[in-house]
Amino acid sequence: MAEPLLQLEAVRKRYGQGELATEVLHGIDLRLDHGEFAALIGPSGSGKSTLLNLIGLLDRPSAGRILIQGRDTAALDEAALTALRGRILGFVFQFHYLIDAFSAEENVMMPLMAARGRPTPDMRRTAAELLAAVGLAGLEKRPANKLSGGQQQRVAIARALAANPPLVLADEPTGNLDTASADEVFALLRRFNAERGTAFLVVTHDPRLAARCDRIIRLVDGRIVEDRRVNQGS
Amino acid sequence: MPFACLVAVRFLREGRFQTVLIAGGIAIGVAVIVFITALIGGLQASTIERTLGTQPHIVVRPPKELARPLRDDGAAVTLPNVQPRAQRLRSIDQWQTLQAELAAHPGVAALSPLVSGPGLAVRGEANESIALLGIEPERYLRIVDVAAKLVAGRFRVSATEAVIGVELADDLGARVGDKIRIETAGGRSETFTVAGIFDLGSRDLNQRYVYIGLRSAQTLLDLVGGVSQIDLKVKEIFSAEAIARDIAAATSLTADSWMTTNAQLLTALRAQSISTGIIRFFVALSVAFGIASVLVVSVVQRARDIGILRAMGTPRRRVMAVFLIQGGLLGLIGSSLGVAAGAGLALLFMRVTGGRLFTLEMEPSLFLGATALATLTGLAAATAPALRAARLDPVTVIRG
Repeated sequence: MAEPLLQLEAVRKRYGQGELATEVLHGIDLRLDHGEFAALIGPSGSGKSTLLNLIGLLDRPSAGRILIQGRDTAALDEAALTALRGRILGFVFQFHYLIDAFSAEENVMMPLMAARGRPTPDMRRTAAELLAAVGLAGLEKRPANKLSGGQQQRVAIARALAANPPLVLADEPTGNLDTASADEVFALLRRFNAERGTAFLVVTHDPRLAARCDRIIRLVDGRIVEDRRVNQGS
Repeated sequence: MPFACLVAVRFLREGRFQTVLIAGGIAIGVAVIVFITALIGGLQASTIERTLGTQPHIVVRPPKELARPLRDDGAAVTLPNVQPRAQRLRSIDQWQTLQAELAAHPGVAALSPLVSGPGLAVRGEANESIALLGIEPERYLRIVDVAAKLVAGRFRVSATEAVIGVELADDLGARVGDKIRIETAGGRSETFTVAGIFDLGSRDLNQRYVYIGLRSAQTLLDLVGGVSQIDLKVKEIFSAEAIARDIAAATSLTADSWMTTNAQLLTALRAQSISTGIIRFFVALSVAFGIASVLVVSVVQRARDIGILRAMGTPRRRVMAVFLIQGGLLGLIGSSLGVAAGAGLALLFMRVTGGRLFTLEMEPSLFLGATALATLTGLAAATAPALRAARLDPVTVIRG
């Protein structure tokens, strides 16, 4: 059996100290393999965002282990985590979180530039390809704040894929879009999953979208209450 | 362009209004510093130049003659009242040898032996007390360029020709070509033709100085073959005091530098330098605070962008660099404008005053220095905001 892309072992997350401490996640075990397309669903306050932050290496667990490609992340320092994040993970947020001061192309190149320190023609080529893949060819030089909501989210997806990470974390990627745009964006995620083998973990409220994923992980009150595979092979 | 530079430039460009405001603030501060430095530098240089334009840097004279009280070892009573001796005009011993030794001193640029003493200038009914200066013109002019300060005639001194000041000429009613008689103690006198009339910019000197040839002065002042003082010019004016001390120690002669004779002037100049230094320091400080406060605000405004950069794998040091570069760039842009404005202000000042007062000192080093200083100030001021930015937690930022 191949090494899992991501593995969580008995992960707990507490906030606050002493009597005021509240545990948000109560021992999460989760395994995600290369090329998966999973939905993370659950009511608000169930700990979805906390879990995503931990998986995204933006935060550290209070207990338990997070292994990325078999490597325990607890031993890594801040700089190493940042580097690992840039290499392994792509992010798509509910709000596009593009940097307005940059053009579409530069936003896409950002993870590459951030890691390597300066732009190269290669990065520009990658950005152009990705923008073309998300249907934004010709808009490379347009400032991020001059794009429509759907376009911005597509740029964000292109950006998440720029460093060709094996895993993309998407937090309500379509939450801010109208149904038509949402469908398009979701279709894009599925296409990248199919074409590049990128694994996706998509947090969503939308049961309709969850139903179009290969696997549904349901989180309630900080526990995984359901983890099932759906419409395999579709 | 490195990523951090790219981000810094974009942030500055996007926050145009802030950037322009703070760059303007820095420019004003730098302009004030440049202007005040040029102004005070020019003022001081001109004051020193005017002072030294009419006097040698160092004057070497024979030591004062001291009364030597005779003490009888056995006496029970010592009389403390010692009458100081009257000082007669004396020559410097072995002055030719001394002159050669002084000329060999590495700090000495030029020297000129002269005889000076009191006298009377007589013309018709008028007689005026004067200070007679017997000089070797070529050498003396290298110390005090009287020739450049002539208002009439030519600078020619010899056994028959004298150069006098405007006030004296006025008092005597003498013009170039007229004859005056010069008398000295002991009844010696000689007639000279006025060859030139100078204006040293000091009423006192213009009234009293009379330049004649060295030999004639030696005869008139009964100091044949001797000189009463040697005037020196040094290469570095502020080393004059040290050189004077060297000479005094080595020769047992009296050596007075301009710095001793103009001690008050020097104190005033020093006080002026200190006060301009203080002004400059506080202007620079307020510029630094300005840069820091703008960047602190910018870190808050850019929190979201910083969070995105961090989430996308930008290392902390690179986020820090973004804000340091912004500080440095603001300093550089602001100070470039400020240097231009300061120089413009200085030129305007000189035009308004018509250059009558003095020339402002505008050295490239001042401009480069001010720019470099403001850039460094910008970097330093950006340190605290940059650290804040680097410490921002991407989670809190992105999750709101």
